[in-house]
Amino acid sequence: MGHPWMPNSAEETRRKMLEKIGVKKIDELFNDIPPSIRMKPEEWGKLSIGEGRILSEIEVKRRAESLLSKNKVFNNPPPFLGCGAWPHYVPAPVRYIVSRGEFLTTYTPYQAEINQGLMQALFEYQSMMAELLDMDIVNSSMYDWGSAAAEALLMALRVKRGRKKIILCGTLNPFHEKVIRTYLAPHDVVIVKTGIDREQGICKAEEFEKLVDKDTAAIYIENPNFFGLIEENIQEISDISHRAGALYVIGVEPLSLGLIKPPGQLGADIAVGEGQPLGLGLNYGGPYLGIFAIRYDMKLLRQMPGRLIGLTTTIDGKDRAFAMILQTREQHIRREKATSNICTNEALSAIAAAVYLALLGKKGITKLAELIYYNSHYAAKKLSEINGVNTRVFTADFFKEFPLRLEASGKKYSELHEYLLNNGVHGGYYVGNIYPWLGETAIFSFTELHTKNDIDRLVVLIKNFLEG
Amino acid sequence: MFRQARWDEPLIFELSRPGRRGFIVPEIDPAIKEAVGDIKIPAKLRREKPPELPEVSEVEVIRHYTRLTQMSYGVDNGPVPLGSCTMKYNPRVAFEIAFDPRITMLHPLQDERTVQGLLEILYHLQEWLKHITGMDYCCLHPAAGAHGELAGMLLTRKYHELRGQLDKKREIIVPDSAHGTNPASASMAGFKVVEVPSDENGNIDLDALRAAVGESTAGLMITNPSTLGLFEENIEEITRIIHSVDGLLYYDGANLNGIMGYTRPGDMGFDIAHINIHKTFSSPHGGGGPGAGPICIKDRVVDPDKNIWLHDLLPGYRVVYDEEKDMYRLEGPSKHSIGLLKTFFGNVIPLVWGYVYILSLGARGLRLATEQAVLNTNYFVELIKDVRGYSIPYGPGRHRKHEVVISAEKMKDETGVTAEDVAKGLLDVGLHAPTIYFPLIVKEALMTEFTESETIENIEEYAKRLKEISQIAYTNPSKAKEWPLSTSVKRIDNVRANHPKTLAPTWRIYLRKMRKADSNV
Ligand SMILES: Cc1ncc(COP(=O)(O)O)c(C=O)c1O
Repeated sequence: MGHPWMPNSAEETRRKMLEKIGVKKIDELFNDIPPSIRMKPEEWGKLSIGEGRILSEIEVKRRAESLLSKNKVFNNPPPFLGCGAWPHYVPAPVRYIVSRGEFLTTYTPYQAEINQGLMQALFEYQSMMAELLDMDIVNSSMYDWGSAAAEALLMALRVKRGRKKIILCGTLNPFHEKVIRTYLAPHDVVIVKTGIDREQGICKAEEFEKLVDKDTAAIYIENPNFFGLIEENIQEISDISHRAGALYVIGVEPLSLGLIKPPGQLGADIAVGEGQPLGLGLNYGGPYLGIFAIRYDMKLLRQMPGRLIGLTTTIDGKDRAFAMILQTREQHIRREKATSNICTNEALSAIAAAVYLALLGKKGITKLAELIYYNSHYAAKKLSEINGVNTRVFTADFFKEFPLRLEASGKKYSELHEYLLNNGVHGGYYVGNIYPWLGETAIFSFTELHTKNDIDRLVVLIKNFLEG
Repeated sequence: MFRQARWDEPLIFELSRPGRRGFIVPEIDPAIKEAVGDIKIPAKLRREKPPELPEVSEVEVIRHYTRLTQMSYGVDNGPVPLGSCTMKYNPRVAFEIAFDPRITMLHPLQDERTVQGLLEILYHLQEWLKHITGMDYCCLHPAAGAHGELAGMLLTRKYHELRGQLDKKREIIVPDSAHGTNPASASMAGFKVVEVPSDENGNIDLDALRAAVGESTAGLMITNPSTLGLFEENIEEITRIIHSVDGLLYYDGANLNGIMGYTRPGDMGFDIAHINIHKTFSSPHGGGGPGAGPICIKDRVVDPDKNIWLHDLLPGYRVVYDEEKDMYRLEGPSKHSIGLLKTFFGNVIPLVWGYVYILSLGARGLRLATEQAVLNTNYFVELIKDVRGYSIPYGPGRHRKHEVVISAEKMKDETGVTAEDVAKGLLDVGLHAPTIYFPLIVKEALMTEFTESETIENIEEYAKRLKEISQIAYTNPSKAKEWPLSTSVKRIDNVRANHPKTLAPTWRIYLRKMRKADSNV
């Protein structure tokens, strides 16, 4: 009997095909593999790969079930974790649309005429994301925020050829910083990082003023920053960057843009970000969605990495149509001179984000940002009322997340973490090892998924832990 | 007869009507509002105007995107024999498991004790991939094939750096048949790319290789079978040549579907390999992504004095099993690691998809998949090899593996009908075109890969249509220029799409240009 996923594996069909090819046995098709490196079926069969034999779907589901049941999902309440990925609601229509086989099982639309729907959806993603960021051009996705930021800085080095310095605002996500350093390592570039204002928790304009020079290719800043704080000097730093002729790169969490000024209004030449909040789920780290945008400038556009879908017409001019554009930037045409090696990207995540943004619309995005703002501020306020807890470690205003400091309580965060876990609650992300000067501190995140009850319960638990 | 849906579907922006919404955001709890008071974001950083997103109802969103899916074409619609892409069937059982909330709701920074089931899955996947590739270590961190290549090139770089020879080791050799990501990845890692030609048998030209290899050779990147679908017969000699100058061999795993169970990159002598989970291991391509591109290495000493091994250089995280505690943990990036290539662990949904695929098939089924894929290719070769206008350059008479590259050069010369026209002629009857104009060394290339998933009937249908196209080319070539007629749109104006004046990468740019054009009239 044939295998369900291999229609021609039925013996009758196999025989017929072999006959036509003119070989007796299928192995003959592999005769050009030298015997010294060719594997015998017995050797291969002995390797521990799957369970060796072919399984039925029922067996597979049973096995998967036994493993999945070992995972602990925090949904009541959702984890209070952020730092680059956050628990957000995935609207039912989002998951539904990206589950449809015509999108799910399609390749990159190299044949445009038969994939116009997919291309329109990607064009709509690019266009809606452009509105949210108030930027002109958005590509159809990078892998994630970290790699998008890294590619933005590589791009800046190409645009500002000859300049060899990159300045990072010290409050950036440390995981993003690591990715940036990995990507930039082979290149002749000096990366300097500013300090963090320990009162406000943000970057100071004066520091950039001192560091920036004619050798600076770009300044990179994240807003809100790793601590959830709003970078109040972002406009001043923009001016400093441009006065020195450097590109200004801003990284954003897209939902914050319902309330916070978008990169396009802060002088960003390039904007990057993480599309994960836009209906993608947590997925233990991926797939996410690297947002990558620029303002309309041919000098920038020619150096932009990633795929772009453009609006055009059919040759007869009668119909609107979509095409992959400016492909001469890409690896399949330009090879070693390409603007990036990216090929497979996160297109389906981009489509999910498009459906998400269409559902929320102009008003919804602001309302959602407000809800998140209020939930997180309520949590900060209530938690700060507990003796020994400091949620106003920094004075700058914040969105969605903030550091919670236990230093004054004399307790270790790891102890609180255990206590919360034992009560079915996952606390924040410990950052005392990254920023020793912060001591026993974890970043807690609050979204639309955390109800007042959830927050009140967290408060009670922490209070009990510290006082009980 | 094929006729694709042809909706005059407006852009989502054009569907917008004031006051409509597709999603209700819950109201802020009044008690919370009271406790917090006003929003304190400094005025200079508050968004003044809401973004110009469309206002549409949920019903319209669903209808709009459903119609767009109807104007798209994937493996679920019919054969997609895009060469090099391994567009096999994407089993739905894997969808159910990979999108289970017990995976999609896990935060990447969650306590390891709470994600043991997932880590066990990933651990097994890592181990299975080791056996499949014959390598010593696998790392699931990279997000796609090209991301794996970048990792591999950074490893190569670090290897030479730690051996104190990076100033000499400046070049990466790639064959002229290589995929564009190979040279692009090498160059992103700061290497110079040196191209070597293929001989008429489709193998790397060994003399040319020997001439190109020297002190400055840092490594070589190839895929085997090559992008011609041919097994590189001299692979052992190539390995020897590269290793003799302390270069590393990188295996582009995009074509693993042609050899699984018959030979392994580790046995061929490769040091580093990536795997495209979204090709060989059946995770769907999503219209361009996501994928997952694990890399595997054959371990070797990098610095004997400091006891640094190649596996110490691996990026991101590896899942390890702690026998004592009977627990799975994430390890890395360690001190000598090349670092992180993405923010978090890896592309878990495609990885779990791959896990389910391997679990379902086991060693036995994987070998069967390769056999069926190769059988399909060679059956197709028999049907097409004598058709007028087409030829199969390189390796005459050799059996192909996962794919075959047909050239329509003769047809073009004799009738003016190009590979692109052939592609459009296939689309016109509802068959997805092969990859065209790649590899670059074949003129008017039609790179065709059916995978193990295609039925014999569809392969025959495909060959029949290619024959028909040939007949039309030789009798009425102008007809071929009109294709496709039955897709949702006819041929597209790529000149207009790319012209600086009409270039419209977003709706706002389009509107701006329209307004400008209007005011110029
Ligand atoms: C031969 C070959 N190498 C490398 C790649 C790059 O892989 P990815 O698209 O996953 O980045 C591809 C596929 O696109 C390929 O066909």
